[in-house]
Amino acid sequence: MDRLQVAGLCVTRGDREVLAHLAFSVGAGEALHLIGRNGVGKTSLLEVLCGLRAPAGGTIRGQPQADELYWVGHRNGVHAALSPFENLRFWCRLAAMPTAGVGDALRRVGLWGLRHRACGRLSTGQRRRAALARLLVVPRPWWFLDEPLAGLDVAGIALTCDLVAEHVKRGGAVVLSSHQALPRTLPGLRELVLAA
Amino acid sequence: MIGAIWAVFVRELQLAARRRAEWVQPLAFYVLVVLLFGLGVAPRDPTLRQFAPAIIWVGALLAAMLGLDRIFREDRDDGSLELMVLSGMPLPPLVGSKIAAQWLFNAAPLAFAGPLLALVLGLRGDPVWVLFIGLLLGTPTLMLVGAFAAALTVAVPRAGVLLPVLVLPLMAPVVIFGAGAVRAASQGLPATAPLYFLAAEMVLAVVFIPWVSAAALRNTLD
Repeated sequence: MDRLQVAGLCVTRGDREVLAHLAFSVGAGEALHLIGRNGVGKTSLLEVLCGLRAPAGGTIRGQPQADELYWVGHRNGVHAALSPFENLRFWCRLAAMPTAGVGDALRRVGLWGLRHRACGRLSTGQRRRAALARLLVVPRPWWFLDEPLAGLDVAGIALTCDLVAEHVKRGGAVVLSSHQALPRTLPGLRELVLAA
Repeated sequence: MIGAIWAVFVRELQLAARRRAEWVQPLAFYVLVVLLFGLGVAPRDPTLRQFAPAIIWVGALLAAMLGLDRIFREDRDDGSLELMVLSGMPLPPLVGSKIAAQWLFNAAPLAFAGPLLALVLGLRGDPVWVLFIGLLLGTPTLMLVGAFAAALTVAVPRAGVLLPVLVLPLMAPVVIFGAGAVRAASQGLPATAPLYFLAAEMVLAVVFIPWVSAAALRNTLD
């Protein structure tokens, strides 16, 4: 897996420039924690890195293909009328991935007992867990997580940190934004402070 | 690829099965609008039969507009659209699959109700069949053009009135040829030419609209 290298990156939101001349790199076995105040452009940067948004300038080398990455945005991507099980199975089929791992993924995030309840009737934290379960069905090297800890309880935060640590130890790479401090014990953790 | 298209289609089927009101309501609206026309004229007024094709077609257009706003909005609001873009599958076939499912639930029932309502308004014989074929050819065009407008306005909050204002002018040819075919059949003339026009419009829409809609949706993420 290639190292993701960013040089001179400019990110705009509408006609407003949010980030300018950004340079960093991240690769296998690393977790990059984006830090910055509200509105500094963390979400926009993550969207650019995973290919949802075009950069306004600069170069990105080693950008992962769509089938090499997972994106969990602040919108969870779970449909309110479908259950966690149905949502997860749908995403697997959409990406032409085997659905065999769906049960294990739901057990891992603690939603097995609620797998047939419509996501609209789950709590915010439970919906977030349903979104995070997507990361576990089939391994992919790159994880881009936008505020993955938002709405999670203490156990959920610990679980997410464990998932990130395991992924990094297996040689994956994670770029995530969070306003919470991540545990120092997290392997390969680096911080990138974004300022306007 | 086929698996992904099928997955989107099955998901729409699940959603429609779970929320029956969303496709029963347009049908009820359609029946009510057409029946009110019948109540609005004098009993056994023969002019109603002359206007029946236009009433049936305009009613179907208005009823089909009701569910259009929702077609991409939910997926955009809950983040599913981002995941579809990042699924690694080309977006246009997935969008086409969504529109096909939308046609099946929101427009096909209208196409089947049309001939029955035509009987209520006094049409008999061949014109009823021509109307049915016309609706089957015209409603996909309506759904496709409507979906394109919905994709363009998905980022606009409360696009309720904007959508019909954008779509209905584009539907003029469909109404002209759809109602024209029925009129020709009523006068004993061949109705094949207007039906061919409807079919040609449908083919054009099927070929181009999934691509332009996908581009419009992608644009809203930027």
